[in-house]
Amino acid sequence: MLAMDYRGPKRVRATQKPMPEIKHPQDAIVRVTRSCICGSDLHLYNGNVPDTRVGSTFGHEFCGIVEEVGPEVTKVKVGDHVIVPFNVACGECHFCKQGMFGNCHESNTQSSAVGGIFGYSHTAGGYNGGQAEYARVPYANVGPTVIPEGMDPDDAVLLTDVVPTGYQAAEMAGIQPGDTVVVFGAGPVGIMAARCCWLFGAGRVIIIDKEDYRLEFARNYANCEAYNFEKDMDDPVVFVKKTTDFMGADCVIDAVGAEAAGNAMQTITGRKLLLQAGSTTALHWAINSVKKGGVVSIVGVYGPTDNLVPIGNVLNKGLTIRANQASVKRLLPRLIDHVQNGIIKPKELITHRIPLEEVADGYRMFAAKLDNCIKPLIVFPTKI
Amino acid sequence: MENTVKDPQKLPGWGIDANPENDPTYPMRERMNVSQDPDSKHRPDALQPVDIELLKTIERPNVSAVFGEAAPPTGLSGMIRRFAFNYSESHYGHWLPLLLADRVNVVEGVLEDLAHGHVPNIFAEKGYKVEWEHNRTAFVTKMATIALVTTGAILLLTRDKDKDYKRKKNSYKLR
Repeated sequence: MLAMDYRGPKRVRATQKPMPEIKHPQDAIVRVTRSCICGSDLHLYNGNVPDTRVGSTFGHEFCGIVEEVGPEVTKVKVGDHVIVPFNVACGECHFCKQGMFGNCHESNTQSSAVGGIFGYSHTAGGYNGGQAEYARVPYANVGPTVIPEGMDPDDAVLLTDVVPTGYQAAEMAGIQPGDTVVVFGAGPVGIMAARCCWLFGAGRVIIIDKEDYRLEFARNYANCEAYNFEKDMDDPVVFVKKTTDFMGADCVIDAVGAEAAGNAMQTITGRKLLLQAGSTTALHWAINSVKKGGVVSIVGVYGPTDNLVPIGNVLNKGLTIRANQASVKRLLPRLIDHVQNGIIKPKELITHRIPLEEVADGYRMFAAKLDNCIKPLIVFPTKI
Repeated sequence: MENTVKDPQKLPGWGIDANPENDPTYPMRERMNVSQDPDSKHRPDALQPVDIELLKTIERPNVSAVFGEAAPPTGLSGMIRRFAFNYSESHYGHWLPLLLADRVNVVEGVLEDLAHGHVPNIFAEKGYKVEWEHNRTAFVTKMATIALVTTGAILLLTRDKDKDYKRKKNSYKLR
């Protein structure tokens, strides 16, 4: 089968790999019909996530058709077209029982902080991902959810990560009706978070980024205020304070993570030299621009602990600064309703369709923000 | 670009998920009724057989019921990774060797390609085609910089040391 193949920082290709096999009674093999490149994949692509091994296949946002099931799989059957949440979760452990599917204790042997994630390095369990014609999906009774009748697969594939992560970012922000929310980062997750803030009754939503085309997109898609931190302000923290009557925002969402621009020292020590958990510029801004007693919601991914504060583990373990990997399974029923009722329109985020054979170009385009790329979708030889 | 926001209350879904209790997302123990979970050590009945070399964090006693097999440790990078897994995730000794192993692994990947008679097409793998199409100035600048640095490095490494020595010696004589 054809699959994306990681060869080193900023080097990937599509190559022939062996077909995945059933390894556990609750496994399924899924023929992938849609797969996205996620902003989080760029952390791997740039070589910033430890234990990203050459030969791995990325891709944690995908949907596909069930081709084969293990003997204990009862919830999906061969032929079902399913949404595959990015978390690998057993559904039965202490954490899954609390709805913390992003923190499953039975899906990752190689780290105790983060649960299993498809195609997201050996630190996240060593699973091959869905940027391939076929993928092994463990715990097929828990994660995969049949795409409802009439739902466009282009909408469905974004329910695997972008929509739930954006939604959970807004949910974790604890928005009270009328609150002012600031979102740092106008990537797909930040844009979706800004859109979802309104669902929780926000009174004002501000998104801050440095790419004009993304800000323009956010302004239209999420109906929010959008500002460029390089052009519209000297200091984002002072800007937020000034625009909130010197109080600070009620809630701030960090939808950037380790790749943040805007601070030379952070860029050099965090992104280039990897001496800390990536560049924590957005997190600094979030903490400093929220009001006293406010809430900071973190969904931006950070690396491991070469600095003093293991902020990446705050996210991965879902500690109470209100940060977590999205628990996709918990949120899916409500989000499916929202999509079917036209409240959220995920597929409008998709700006580029890249054939799997040209995956290297897709990564370069997304990483370098070329051609006004917001969200690239990988398409497969057999389009459904 | 103008920041003209429409009346948010007219947006589809405004306030639809507002939570009057402002209930935090986590912990959800009370809400999910698992605060005193007697079955907290529950393990799935079936375990994936460990038929490959699997590196395991020292922060848990057992192997998780399922795991990925994307790329088992091999070669020098594998040795470094095995060393890293002697330390907890709270220790430099874990993460820094893993980052080093990743870089070593890249070289191993190129050697493996060559050993299989495949010369990697670095230009294509880096997606430079789209960079050329959409960001030509930056691309040309980047390539020129790489060429300049590479040429400089080659010149530095291949300079004639005997000549340098003689030049220095002669300059001493002149004094």
